[in-house]
Amino acid sequence: MNGQRKVTNARVVRSLDTLARLVLPFCGSVVGGFAAPAVPWLSPTNIFAPVSTPAQSIFDLSRFVLMVTASIFVVVFGLLAYAVVKFRKKRVSDGREPAQVYGSTQVELAWTVIPILIVVVLFLAAARVIASIQNASPPRNAVEVTVIGHQFWWEYRYPSLHVVTANELHIPVSDAEHPAPTFLTLLSADTDHSFWVPRLAGKTDLIPNHPNSMWVDPHEIGLYLGQCAQYCGTQHAKMLLRVYVDSREDFDRWIQEQSRPARVSAAASEGQTIFERTACINCHTVAGTVANGRFGPDLTHLMSRDTIASGAAPNTPENLRRWIQDPGTIKPGSKMPAMGLSGPDLMAVTSYLETLH
Amino acid sequence: MSTQSIAWAKTEVSRRPLVEKLHEWVTTVDHKRLGILYILYALLFLAFGGVEATIIRIQLIRPHNSFVSPQVFNRMFTMHGTTMIFFVAMPILFGFANYLIPLMIGARDMAFPRLNAFSFWMTAFGGFLLYFSFVGGDGLYGAGNAPDVGWFAYAPLTSQTFSRGHSTDFWILSLLVSGFGSIGTAINIIATILCMRCKGMTLGKMPLLAWLNLVMAGLVVLAVSPLTAAQLMLLVDRYLGGHFFDTQAGGSAVIWMHFFWIFGHPEVYVLVIPAFAFASEIIPVFSRKAIFGYPVMVAATICIGFIGMSVWAHHMFTVGMSSAANTFFVLSTMAIAVPTGIKIFNWLATMWGGQIDFKTPMLFCAAFLFQFLVAGLTGVMMSAAPFDWQLGNSYFVVAHFHYVILGGIFFTLFAAFYYWFPKMSGRMYNETLGKLHFWLFLIGFHLTFDFMHIPGILGMPRRIYTYEPGRGWDIWNLIVTVGVFFQAAGVLVFIGNLLWSYWRGKVAGSDPWDAWTLEWSTPSPPPTYNFATIPEVKSRRPLWDLKHPEDPDWQYE
Repeated sequence: MNGQRKVTNARVVRSLDTLARLVLPFCGSVVGGFAAPAVPWLSPTNIFAPVSTPAQSIFDLSRFVLMVTASIFVVVFGLLAYAVVKFRKKRVSDGREPAQVYGSTQVELAWTVIPILIVVVLFLAAARVIASIQNASPPRNAVEVTVIGHQFWWEYRYPSLHVVTANELHIPVSDAEHPAPTFLTLLSADTDHSFWVPRLAGKTDLIPNHPNSMWVDPHEIGLYLGQCAQYCGTQHAKMLLRVYVDSREDFDRWIQEQSRPARVSAAASEGQTIFERTACINCHTVAGTVANGRFGPDLTHLMSRDTIASGAAPNTPENLRRWIQDPGTIKPGSKMPAMGLSGPDLMAVTSYLETLH
Repeated sequence: MSTQSIAWAKTEVSRRPLVEKLHEWVTTVDHKRLGILYILYALLFLAFGGVEATIIRIQLIRPHNSFVSPQVFNRMFTMHGTTMIFFVAMPILFGFANYLIPLMIGARDMAFPRLNAFSFWMTAFGGFLLYFSFVGGDGLYGAGNAPDVGWFAYAPLTSQTFSRGHSTDFWILSLLVSGFGSIGTAINIIATILCMRCKGMTLGKMPLLAWLNLVMAGLVVLAVSPLTAAQLMLLVDRYLGGHFFDTQAGGSAVIWMHFFWIFGHPEVYVLVIPAFAFASEIIPVFSRKAIFGYPVMVAATICIGFIGMSVWAHHMFTVGMSSAANTFFVLSTMAIAVPTGIKIFNWLATMWGGQIDFKTPMLFCAAFLFQFLVAGLTGVMMSAAPFDWQLGNSYFVVAHFHYVILGGIFFTLFAAFYYWFPKMSGRMYNETLGKLHFWLFLIGFHLTFDFMHIPGILGMPRRIYTYEPGRGWDIWNLIVTVGVFFQAAGVLVFIGNLLWSYWRGKVAGSDPWDAWTLEWSTPSPPPTYNFATIPEVKSRRPLWDLKHPEDPDWQYE
């Protein structure tokens, strides 16, 4: 019986879809265009290109809501347009006022009851999706990650896998054969932030003193972009999110590499000495060395990342040098101070960082 | 006889020196002058807020633009939001309420004229205090900076730790001060409407404008008070070592959100209900029909007032409330669509079968109906909490609430300007310039805010001073910025029209629209005392009864 109702629902939705496309070609093409979930149409952060269950169920709900609102729009706009055209003042008027109508109880009842019914339907549809997303509990094989928002970067800790990293989140793909959802615990070290990767899930805020959680189960390997969605201070704009969805093997290999301490290379010992003697280590950690600060990103495996400064610039030696010398040139207002190193010292520190694979 | 004595008194006034005339405006307790002061004050701040919006849009015209620094950009959007809500929209609506309510209910002034003047000057000084932060907000940042915490100023960004110097203090104090002014005006409006109506005007025979402003004033009292309390708590946090919102000492950032939005959402209705009031007066006159379903319109407004108090947390769907709380606020938010829809249908029914005369005020009202329909429907989309998890805090939201505030509230405000300008100034505005304003502004509005929905759907969050190329946002942002210049041109035409018409316009006479409410029975502009003899009414449209003695309204009501 349940199955039959589903079929009927699908048929209703389909016919509403057709109706909307026929009556309102523009609206129809927009809805239809957005309705291609597999290909990120128009943008890598298109909310209508979901690849994970929470984003998918939001997308399904939003399609339904769009159909309903588009139909209401067509009806009411039609009435408005008709009234505007039909009841314009005639050029030649007899000077008499039109018939004065003061109201009608039946008509008022009609346009009260019909909207109430629509609201009930929309409410039930929304309530179901809220429950399905918010009340899901983590299965035993779920990957758990603690996300900590900082002004203006992301810290990721995998408590059971003993990995700490920053700005680039790696999670395993979760396909039909090997479901492996990732559950995120969201914390903040300072102000409010919001974790938003549109193709994976809706956003959830990171609020100090108020732990939140969310989950994703991406079905496709790839890089998914997003960014902080709650104003958090000067560099809110360059607090970018990069989520790498890896195959299970790649993810396991990545975890293995990340859980190793830094490999210290003799060639870079000069740079290491400068790094450890200056203020760098107040904020940064390099596992296996004296550097154990926690205000800034963990640098133990810096060179395994594609970007620096929370996605603001590609991770190249040139950008690293610019960043150490004066972060303001890449990200004005960032919390890292300009280090004011001399030319040779700057080269040495950069070379040291380049050994942190 | 009485007209002659007014004219004589006028020539006497114009001979007096300028200083004396200004002194009269500063010390006035006349509701009409205070109304005009509110409106002029709001127009000044509209210019400030408009310049800030333009700076924001120029910065976002292309990715990685460097027109302004991130710090300046953050100040601009904070000041734009705060200015437009607290120092443009609210005062301009209070101005119209002040001017019109006594005239429409047949009273000689507001209930408390001195409180009225006090409230205006509190609001005015609040605004100047906010703008003084540009020069006086220095501290550890260096000289001269405005607040940069966003107009809803989420904790803990406002704590001493994250907001050094005094810019946030200017923000707090200016809203506190103007908040007292708003509460004073609200109490005054309630007292005036309840106690000062002329003979025969029962509550059920008041013009809708009076009814709607009564509900608006009730909401102001209920909504501004928690904001004032929250501002005081924030001051205690910043200077007396309190920990209400200090998360590092166990305070709660979420409590601030609740305090702010239990003000912030009713505030939307505080702004939009007077806009509904204008539409409810203007649409009938230009359709030549009585308002359809008067009692239902009143009931729907009261419903909006009550339900409007219970929807605030739909601004907080992403902060991690329980699924039960989210579900409740989905229901209350969707429910408010019902009375709002009823209003739209009643306006449509008022136009139905009429003889609609598309003078400038009616053009703006027709555009309002269309835009408010769209704004309501995008609101319904976001009221479904999961959809809001995607759309919330994106440019879709920014487009939605500008559709409400600009497309809804400001379009009816422009209609109100053109409709009552003849009454206030005694002169007709220029119809050609009025229509030019309408079309420029309409094109600009739709270029900007129709296309602004799209980057939101494509993942662009609000309040970012720059964005990465390759996200598919570039072209939409370019179009959005282009629209701003059309809107600016429209506003310039509007101001030019007001100025030109004030000195050169055709003399309007007391009733240029052949309208039906009491303000049109007084000369234009009305004398200080409004009515030589207090009128007596028998129906909702006293001037209709006067003009159609063979078919008066009171036979049907």
